[in-house]
Formats: sequence, structure tokens, C-alpha cells
Amino acid sequence: MKSATVAARSAAAKNKPAGGTERPLNKASFRSRFIKDWDLYLLLLPGLIWFILFAYVPMGGLAIAFQDYNPWKGMSGSEWVGLQNFIEFISDDVFLRTIKNTLMLSLFNILFCFPAPIILAILLTEMKNKTLSKITQTVTFVPYFISLVVVCGMVISFLSPSTGLVNVILRNLGFEEHYFMVDPDAFRPIYTLMMMWRETGFNAIVYIAALMGIDRQLYEAAKVDGASKWQQIRYVTIPGLMPTIVIMFILHIGKLVKVSYEAVLLLYQPATYQTADVIGTYVYRTGLLQQDFGLATAAGLFESLIALILVVISNRISKKVSDSALW
Amino acid sequence: MKHKKNHIARTKGELSYEIFSTILCVLIIVLSLYPIYYILICSLSNPFAVQSGEVMFTIKGFTLESFKAACKTPGLWRAYGNTIFYTVFGVVFNMFFTATMAYALSKKRLIARKFFTLLVAFTLWFQAGMIPLYLTLRNYNMLDKRITILLAFAINAYNLIILRSFFEQLPDSLEEAAFIDGASNIRIFWSIYLPLSKPALVTVGTFYAVSRWNNYFWAMNILTDDKKLPLQVMLKKLLVDRVAGAEEAAIVTASSATSPDTIIYAIIILAVIPMLVAYPYLQRYFKSGATLGAVKG
Repeated sequence: MKSATVAARSAAAKNKPAGGTERPLNKASFRSRFIKDWDLYLLLLPGLIWFILFAYVPMGGLAIAFQDYNPWKGMSGSEWVGLQNFIEFISDDVFLRTIKNTLMLSLFNILFCFPAPIILAILLTEMKNKTLSKITQTVTFVPYFISLVVVCGMVISFLSPSTGLVNVILRNLGFEEHYFMVDPDAFRPIYTLMMMWRETGFNAIVYIAALMGIDRQLYEAAKVDGASKWQQIRYVTIPGLMPTIVIMFILHIGKLVKVSYEAVLLLYQPATYQTADVIGTYVYRTGLLQQDFGLATAAGLFESLIALILVVISNRISKKVSDSALW
Repeated sequence: MKHKKNHIARTKGELSYEIFSTILCVLIIVLSLYPIYYILICSLSNPFAVQSGEVMFTIKGFTLESFKAACKTPGLWRAYGNTIFYTVFGVVFNMFFTATMAYALSKKRLIARKFFTLLVAFTLWFQAGMIPLYLTLRNYNMLDKRITILLAFAINAYNLIILRSFFEQLPDSLEEAAFIDGASNIRIFWSIYLPLSKPALVTVGTFYAVSRWNNYFWAMNILTDDKKLPLQVMLKKLLVDRVAGAEEAAIVTASSATSPDTIIYAIIILAVIPMLVAYPYLQRYFKSGATLGAVKG
């Protein structure tokens, strides 16, 4: 900090006599601009190489979606088969199942996990008791730092048939025990509740920050006009929060087909595939476990393309309905 | 709580809202913490009491046997050490690759700056995906190597953009002065911009550290050698796949005061302790980071 201010001061002192040495931004040729700042490009280089090697070379590898890929022959030696992998994926019974499950899990997510942090944020900022509000915020944030593996492990333990907490409670209340982890009907609620427990506190932060930015005078004015607490929330808080909600919703729409397969992978079992198997887990099984790389890549590409289209569309829509857009 | 009748803010509606929200908050607190609390009391209780459902709110028949057995789980401590290694060196790799590129991209005079920025931003919306990345790593002959974990996940585009935005909003005058003194770009980056960006660097570093600590998927697929596995992959085997680890440990201790269930609970506690200890610190930086990203996104 100190060195910077000293430097800034010395700049102010030297600026006039040294005016000629100021960096010419517009007229200089590329060559001289490059030479002058060569070490800036040196700073760019590691990251640039990383993006080429670990983001764009793999993107080139997407070409195997159009190949009957043979790992021993590599990409250049494998036979090109056009859209055959896509046709195989789409005509497979699994296709409809994964699409349906992906959309259903996303729908559950939008219905329950998306509004939860908004409600929590409003609840916490509208409270007069700031101590309790702070404590609640701190506590709801804790689960976010527990790793997915451990959270899923906890869920599996709690739902285990004889000794799990949930079944112990059911038994004590006189109900029959139930093995939830192999019940296809139970998968979506389990997954949704787990995600809600883990992420609501974290996702609320953005909304809480946005709520802090709402002008307090608006509330005073509403009170003077005789607005009840509920009316204040309805007519001041929610409109004030709307731009943030729209942005978060756009981000959400883009992820509509990208269900967190890492979590599903930890929770599902062959018995629950019919409701749990999503595109991501299908890609994992066919690609990394069964080594059918061409088919798996085609399925993955299908998913990524739809996600991309969704982001573009939702961004267009949000530009039209409001001023908030991502780009 | 005193109810001031003449105070304008304390209307009847506000009071009932206050009561409603207090009840809701208490409920939320209980729901958030109870699962962790339950696991803690079970891990410290007699396994028979746990199995019969007596353990609900307090420890019954206090014993440390489950923890003793958990500590003897084969490979657990090695996995712990591996995770510390991947987290510490992983964050070093992350910060080097992310900060250098973010700084270069924050300079408006950079040739083709828009193109390079787009190159980064595009990966936010479209990635090659699981299989192409896996096959690429295989082509590079990088499977089952520790360095792959560090290097292949060295940049998160989102974090890079957060840092770039932070560098961008620092005044240009800082740099101009140093140029006149004859300092190079790298020197200015290192001794002026980095020290000034500590809050942003720490925030991004914390993001990286938590994701390093929690990552299981790629470690599981890239590493095949048991000796190299991080804690999360080990935990997946123990908690999710329920491979024999916990039972083995139960046999090793040969004590009737343990059961696979309570050992698993003890392992969970051992696994989350570092996160809970670091929590006050993590919370602070995640909060500032979440808003940073949302504004600049």
C-alpha cells in the first residue's frame, strides 16, 4: 500500500517533464506495442497455454462424437461415422429416461431450491432481531462446506434400512420401515432436499447483499403510507430484489440440463436408475465405465449444446423484459 | 423485549412478523445443524444405544471406541495427507496460473485483449465435457499422476474473471508512475498490484482451496493407485460404496463397543473437522466472494 502511494506521488511529480514517454496507445504499431510490453505477454502465456491444453484441445476431442472411436487407434485412426452415435443415443430407451429425469430434477430444483434462498434472505433482512438473523445466516451457511461425498454419506446413513435415523424415528412412531435408497419414487425428493439443505444458505448471500442495497427511505415512505409488513415486502423488497432474481434465474436456466451428476452418482443405485439416471451419469457409465467413448461423447455434446442454446435464449429474453442481462 | 406502544415502528403487524420470523429462524437453525449434531452424538455413544434409537438428543453411554476404530481405518491418514498435499500445492498452481493471466487480461493495452477474454469467457458457457477431457489427459499420458490433479484443474474461468475485474478497477495511475521509474510489467504486477489485491486474492484462493479439498470426481477417475487417493475418494468408498473399511476397522479393534455405523459416523466427524475449524475464516471470504462474482459476473 505504502509503496504504491509513494509511487503515485512520484508519478504526479514527474508527469509533466516526462510527458513524452507516456505510453502511446493509439498510433503505435502492433510490433512496437508488443515489444514495449513483452513481459505482459509473458504473464499471459501460462494461462493461455493452460486454456489451449486443457480446455480447447479437449474441445477438439469432441470430434470423436462423430467417430466409432477406438482408443488404440486414436482420433486419426478411428472411423468416421457421421451422426450414428447421436442416432444411437436418441433411439435408445435410456435417452428418454435421462432427458425426463434431468428435466424433472431441474424442475424440482427450480420449484424448491431456487426460491428457498430468496425467502431466507428476505426473512433475515426484514427481521428486527439482528443477533438471531446473524446466527441463522452463519448456521445455514455451514452445510455448504461439507463435501458432497460426506453429505451423500450422511444421507445414506440416515436412510439406511434398519439402523438409520429416519427409520428409527418411523419405527418409534409405529410406521413400517422403508428402504428409501432403493425406492425410485423417493429419489427426487431426497436429492432435492439434500441440495436444499446444502446450498440454501450459500445462495442466500447474493440476495442478502442485494437487499442491503435497497434504499431504506423507500421503507419509511411505505410505512408513512400505512403499508403493513407484508405489503412492504410485496411492494418494496421484492421489486428491489427483482434484478438479482432475474440474473440468478438466467444462470439457472442455463444449467437446466446440467444436473449435478456428481451428486446423483453418489446417491443413485441400479434400483433407482429409472428416476435418477441423468445425462451426466449416463455419459459417465457409457464412457468411463463401459469405454464406449464415441457414444458417451455424443451424449455429452448433446447436453452441452442444449445448455448453450438455453443460456443464449434466456439471456435474450431477459434483455427484453428487463435491463439485466449477462452480456 | 419491551413493547413500546407509542413507537411508530412497533406496529401490531411488525410484532407478529417478528414472532413468526423468530420461530422460523429457530426451526431453520435446528434443521441445518441437527444432522451434524446427530452424527456427533452417535459417534460418541454406545453403538447398541444408537441402533435401538435411544440416541436422539444426547450422548448415551459415552465411549471413544468408535473414534479409536475410525483412526485405524486402513489408509485413512494417508488419504488425509494426500488431500492436504493436493490442496496446498493445488492452490499454489491455481493462484499462479489464474493471477498472471487475470492481470494480463486486465490491461486495456493488451493486443487482442477482447479475443483472449472471449477465449476465457466461452469456457464458462461451453466445456468439452467429461469424456474428451479424460481422453485428452490419457493422450498426454497424464493418468494416475499426482501432477495431473494439480495442473489439469489449475484455472477456474469464473475465478479468473473475478480477479481480472478486481485488477481492472485499480487505478491506472499506480502503474504509470512505476513505468516512469523504469519498472517492468512483471515487477509492477508483483510488487504493486499483488499486494494491493490481497483481499481478492485471498477470496479466490479460498474458493480454490475448498474446491480442492472437496473434489472427488476427477481424482477418482484420474488416480488408480490407492497410495495417491485423496480423502474424498477414500470417503466415497467408505461412506457411499460401503466397502469393508469400517468393518475391517471394527475387526481390528475387536471390541464390542463399536459397530460399522458408529465408526462411519466417527469417520464423518474426522472428515469435516478441518472445514468446521476453518469455517469462521471461510465464511468471511466466501461472503465477499459471492457478492464480488455476482456484481462483476
